[in-house]
Amino acid sequence: MAEFTLPKNSKVQKGKKYPAKAGAKNVRTFRVYRWNEDDGQNPHIDEYEVDMDSCGPMVLDALIKIKNEIDSTLTFRRSCREGICGSCAMNIDGSNTLACTKACDEIKGDVKIYPLPHMPVVKDLVPDLTNFYAQYAAVKPWLRTQTPPPPDRERLQSKEDRAKLDGLYECILCASCSTACPSYWWNGDKYLGPAALLQAYRFIADSRDEETGARLDELEDPFKLYRCHTIMNCTNTCPKGLNPAKAIGEIKKLMVERKGV
Amino acid sequence: MPQNARPISPHLQIYRWPLAMALSIVHRATGIALAAGTLLLVWVLLALANGAEAWAGARAFCGSPLGLVLLFGWSWSLCFHLANGIRHLFWDVGKGYSIQQARSSGWVVVIVSLVFTGLIWACVIAQGGAK
Repeated sequence: MAEFTLPKNSKVQKGKKYPAKAGAKNVRTFRVYRWNEDDGQNPHIDEYEVDMDSCGPMVLDALIKIKNEIDSTLTFRRSCREGICGSCAMNIDGSNTLACTKACDEIKGDVKIYPLPHMPVVKDLVPDLTNFYAQYAAVKPWLRTQTPPPPDRERLQSKEDRAKLDGLYECILCASCSTACPSYWWNGDKYLGPAALLQAYRFIADSRDEETGARLDELEDPFKLYRCHTIMNCTNTCPKGLNPAKAIGEIKKLMVERKGV
Repeated sequence: MPQNARPISPHLQIYRWPLAMALSIVHRATGIALAAGTLLLVWVLLALANGAEAWAGARAFCGSPLGLVLLFGWSWSLCFHLANGIRHLFWDVGKGYSIQQARSSGWVVVIVSLVFTGLIWACVIAQGGAK
């Protein structure tokens, strides 16, 4: 059931303030969600003043600077720093995106940083993605075939068929889209969410996959697919510019078309 | 096991609403309003069937400030739900999913719903209703 307010242990409180060093001229405030399981307290927002004259341009640069120079307890995931690993997905300035590809200059006023929305928090900006990955596994994201492969080469595909996968295969599973989706917030246990459904369509659309019917059967369910109400938050937020809403629409279309209506 | 249950990260409290998200929840709200409005319609029809006195009572209620507000809200709900429903039909055939298209079609729905509601009430007033 949809719960629109946060449970008691999740209500966010005011936290500490870390002022910039004296003499810093180009200061910006970063308001960052903090929580750890050890101190027995509710989540709180810490304010860090960062000297932008000695900081890289991206939000991730600022987070790393905070961790290195101001508060080493700040915890977040990051790896590639170039938008390909998907680790640093978080809610910045009210939208989900990758901290490494979001420039501080694009944000007006204080930079507000939260973990991906409506997820269990492990620590600070690190959400528990167990359910998200299980849903990805549930769509069986690999080629399912019945015919044996050619003995002397891989399964081939025409350029046109390959082009159908553009806009699908680029997904880096950062979870920005699924955690932007109100349907996923309220029914994340039963609704697969845009990321998993985009991947489901990626294999439905693949000319080499031979179990399209079975894949559609597996999605024919009031919750798994049809909790999508085309709210479009997924597409609006995707840091890779992909369109999960359209992919889901294509699956819904195939569901109708195969009934011969 | 964690000492404290993991908190749920903030969602509605912090998310910046794109137009499409707002229109989506308004679509649902207008759907509920229309279902409730249908009860009003049934009541008016029953009054019509129950003779002059009941009909006069229904007319008086519909012409009262509260009645007019309800009718106005209902007529706008109908226009919005209709226009946005047509937008959904385009999505159902796989069209209009780009961010720009969805944004434009969203504004079209808002404007069309307001214009149609205005036309309905212009007709009502021209016919000497709403008095």
